[in-house]
Amino acid sequence: MAENIQTKHKKRFTKDQWTAVAFLIPSIILILVFVYGFIGWTGYVSLSNWNTLVPDFSFAGLKNYIYLFNDFRFQADLRNTLFFTILFIGLVIVMGMGLAILIDQKLKGESIFRNIFLFPMALSFIVTGVVWQWLLNPSTGFNQFLSVFGIEPKWYTDTNILAGFEWGSIEFGLPVAIIAVVIAAVWQMTGFSLAMYLAGLRGIPDELREAARMDGASEFQVYRKVVLPMLLPITMSVVIIMAHISLKIFDLIYAMTGSGANFVTDVPGVYMFETTFRGNYYANGAAIAIIMLLLVAVFIVPYLWNSRKGDN
Amino acid sequence: MKKLYGFILLLVLALVLAACSSDSSGDSGDSDSGESESAGKKVEIFSWWTGAGEEDGLLALIDLFEEKHPDIEIENAAVAGGAGTNAKAVLATRMQGDDPPSTFQVHGGDELNEGWVAADKMEPLNDFYEENGWMDKFPEELIDLVSKDGNIYSVPVDIHRGNVIFYNMKVFEENGIEVPTTFDEFFAAADKLKEAGVTPLALGDKEAWTATQIFENVLLGVLGPDDYKKLFEGEIGFDDERVKEAAEKFGKMLDYINEDHASRNWQDSAQLVANGEAAMLNMGDWAKGYFSNDLELETNKDFGYFEFPATDGSFAIITDTFGLPKGIENPDDVKEFLKVLGSVEGQDAFNPLKGSIPARVDADKSKYDEYGQETMEDFKGARLVPSLAHGSAASEGFLTKANQAVNIFVTQRDVDTFIKALQNAAPEM
Repeated sequence: MAENIQTKHKKRFTKDQWTAVAFLIPSIILILVFVYGFIGWTGYVSLSNWNTLVPDFSFAGLKNYIYLFNDFRFQADLRNTLFFTILFIGLVIVMGMGLAILIDQKLKGESIFRNIFLFPMALSFIVTGVVWQWLLNPSTGFNQFLSVFGIEPKWYTDTNILAGFEWGSIEFGLPVAIIAVVIAAVWQMTGFSLAMYLAGLRGIPDELREAARMDGASEFQVYRKVVLPMLLPITMSVVIIMAHISLKIFDLIYAMTGSGANFVTDVPGVYMFETTFRGNYYANGAAIAIIMLLLVAVFIVPYLWNSRKGDN
Repeated sequence: MKKLYGFILLLVLALVLAACSSDSSGDSGDSDSGESESAGKKVEIFSWWTGAGEEDGLLALIDLFEEKHPDIEIENAAVAGGAGTNAKAVLATRMQGDDPPSTFQVHGGDELNEGWVAADKMEPLNDFYEENGWMDKFPEELIDLVSKDGNIYSVPVDIHRGNVIFYNMKVFEENGIEVPTTFDEFFAAADKLKEAGVTPLALGDKEAWTATQIFENVLLGVLGPDDYKKLFEGEIGFDDERVKEAAEKFGKMLDYINEDHASRNWQDSAQLVANGEAAMLNMGDWAKGYFSNDLELETNKDFGYFEFPATDGSFAIITDTFGLPKGIENPDDVKEFLKVLGSVEGQDAFNPLKGSIPARVDADKSKYDEYGQETMEDFKGARLVPSLAHGSAASEGFLTKANQAVNIFVTQRDVDTFIKALQNAAPEM
């Protein structure tokens, strides 16, 4: 050890570090090949003409991307993803934080409440999708009850676009049907953000709140001025995690609604699967995959950048 | 010290090797499963037959084969789910990785011809057909459907019909409705039903092909069998006036469907007809098995069937076939299986259980139920036309785009946009 400190500027690995590196190398190689290698391959395919069963790797330039951005279905997918992401993340944060604050009031049987809210997270999106498909089916489920009051929403079969206006070849606005999907997704993921916020709340020392109260802050002000700012890092993490779920969502949609009439509940993931494996449009499918990667990167890269700076 | 580095290096090597070898054993695991000596004596049958009747049929077929060829081992490599789409995705990966199954289920028509045959992955079976004297045992138009440029590429095992409308007989009776044979009669009947508060036409288009199926039948009714075929061979354009007329009729039919169509699959829509909420359902005749086996309704008493309006004398055909992929180890064993598959015995073992009719014209009629016998009779006399919705009339690529166009049309009802979308996709037929 002493020797090591003296030759610090040479930075030689110790025996333990060598061992660690040796154990890391195989997985690094595998990840390089099977993750980054295939991302590169997908990018290559997305620039090719491979749109039949017969592979054709001739260079197509941005043809596949141009096709997608002119395509009704893909434009609808981008619109749906945008609104799904905004509503989903917003509701998960608000509800997760709200429930966490309520549970944090030193309730009796706190763990029971916590588990009730956490439990949906243990299910797969497929199960959630199938269950909510029945619950929000316009002719069964909730409507059996709601019809007593004369309200019969069409849930995910509604083809209306709220505040819609012509944009490209689609009508841009909030697709009503996507709200049904958001309900299912929020039901499943709120428990997760609740758990994160609860951990965050526990990390705030009581002394801080006490001090604020001593200074005459009302309970609302304590939360507004002390607790919320301290939960900001948690909120950042929740946004990142939820964003990558919502931008890549496939299973929930596939099990619950499918593409929907007029593609009101379609998302890039479903389009990618169908166009690649049903239509054999491999290059188009690869282009969708790359666009999805870029969308997620918009969220992830600033986050990684930020945490890298934090390391230094 | 040196010893330690050596040890670590060894460990790394071992890990890498383990990763590799587990990979390769996963590969060959399909074909050896115990005795690697019997390689070359194994036939792997790839299908998506995992549902109730169809799996029974497949197993009966395998039993029959094992009785005849106890020395050849059969492996049932069925992939469940998605009405075959999961299986097709697995198949595409295997074919492109040059690891084809011994034989696989594929719909006759362009799914075969413009798919695997065009990709040069299939062996022609002309000599095999001649050897077995099959040329006159299958209808000529059916053999055409599994042929490209004069070469035959697969053996059809079953036949389903797509231009059938199933109806609730009680609902028809109560409202005094006769079976409609023309579009005008159909619309008149639909109006009457709508007034009586019954949904005239049930549709479950959670997956768009059910709506595409209605559209193809309207096309068949408007164009007739010859021009319908020409349309999908590219000799008639989608800008033809009659295609537009068909689109308008299709749109008019959609005025009579149930409101919650987008939340239902075809079985859910069949239930609407079964319980009398809706009167009619256009569906391939696998729906007959669903009505009689799953919903326990009686044929010609609870539910009846008739040809889609104006398509009398045509038979929109959906056929499952099996071919011989290139690059397999034991083509002779696979041919033995195809021989059983194409025999009267094989077809009569499979089809009554699946609820389809045999592709051969000389099968034993007494083994089939009332509906089957009637359909077998129609099959012999009718013009056979390929179905679009099931991948026979056009390539999968065109079908995917047509399904998208139909999905949009069902909501928007914009005939011009619809026709234009079909026209744009037409080069990919």
